[in-house]
Amino acid sequence: MSEIADKVKKIVVEHLGVEESKVTPEASFIDDLGADSLDTVELVMAFEEAFSVEIPEDAAEKIATVKDAIDYIEKQKAA
Amino acid sequence: MFRLDGKIALVTGASGGIGAAIARTLHGQGATVVLSGTRQAVLDGLAAQIAPDGARVHVCPADLSDPAAADALVAAAEAAAGAPLDILVNNAGLTRDGLAIRMKDDDWNRVMEVDLAAPFRLCRAALKGMLRRRSGRIVSIASIVGITGNAGQANYSAAKAGMIGMSKSLAQEAGSRGVTVNVVAPGFIQTAMTDVLAEAQREKLLGGIPLGRMGQPDDIAAAVTYLVSDEAGWITGTTLNVNGGMAMP
Repeated sequence: MSEIADKVKKIVVEHLGVEESKVTPEASFIDDLGADSLDTVELVMAFEEAFSVEIPEDAAEKIATVKDAIDYIEKQKAA
Repeated sequence: MFRLDGKIALVTGASGGIGAAIARTLHGQGATVVLSGTRQAVLDGLAAQIAPDGARVHVCPADLSDPAAADALVAAAEAAAGAPLDILVNNAGLTRDGLAIRMKDDDWNRVMEVDLAAPFRLCRAALKGMLRRRSGRIVSIASIVGITGNAGQANYSAAKAGMIGMSKSLAQEAGSRGVTVNVVAPGFIQTAMTDVLAEAQREKLLGGIPLGRMGQPDDIAAAVTYLVSDEAGWITGTTLNVNGGMAMP
């Protein structure tokens, strides 16, 4: 697992207080991990801070799963 | 009841009469208070008066007409207190009165910036931590004119009405985390400004107040103390009118 994926997972575990084993790439923040809309906004802000990236509103709306977040951040970091 | 031991409270506009009363009362209930305002000397004087030994009181001057200063104030207050903020009291405000047909853009913009945008910036900064910690209290000091309007105060009444609408929205956003957001809307409070009113003006004013007297800063401080207490945990998005009955919206 990439360093970014590791860090994303850690942030999700920390923020949502879920078990690490549940934070699979396919896991949906809302459907599988029990996040509400405020959690998803807070997660996006946590990602922005941790990775020093800016995630615009339209991109943030498309981040529904753990993999979505990892892919988006990896793409930003590669650019 | 209404004890605030161990809580950290930021009070803006603490150099004014109402702000000073709020700070003094919260401190008296056990809170650690961070006093903000533009006049450092006045804040230092108030701090010494509230706690001669300097216990549980800090001073954090800021000019809220500067967006960057407003954005930075919550972090500065937390650094001064050495702990995260539990209570934010948006009390700072100013007036630039005049009839609308002669009101300058600058009079409008300045009041909007200090009386509405700055409280928003402070709420935004404070909420980030409060939501994470699943606790917090925000009380903003509006005005009776935000509800009734007042000739000569189109800017001020718009900002204060805006504060009420903003607080209702924030109350809905923050509710799921146990954070409450409320407003206190004072009526006529006895200050240096109202002390100089002519007797006839004063009589007329008092005639419109069922409780027959001007308000005191402590009347406002008591309402704030209640709303920031643990006991008020099921009250959010409300406006508490503290006006002697002058308006009953």
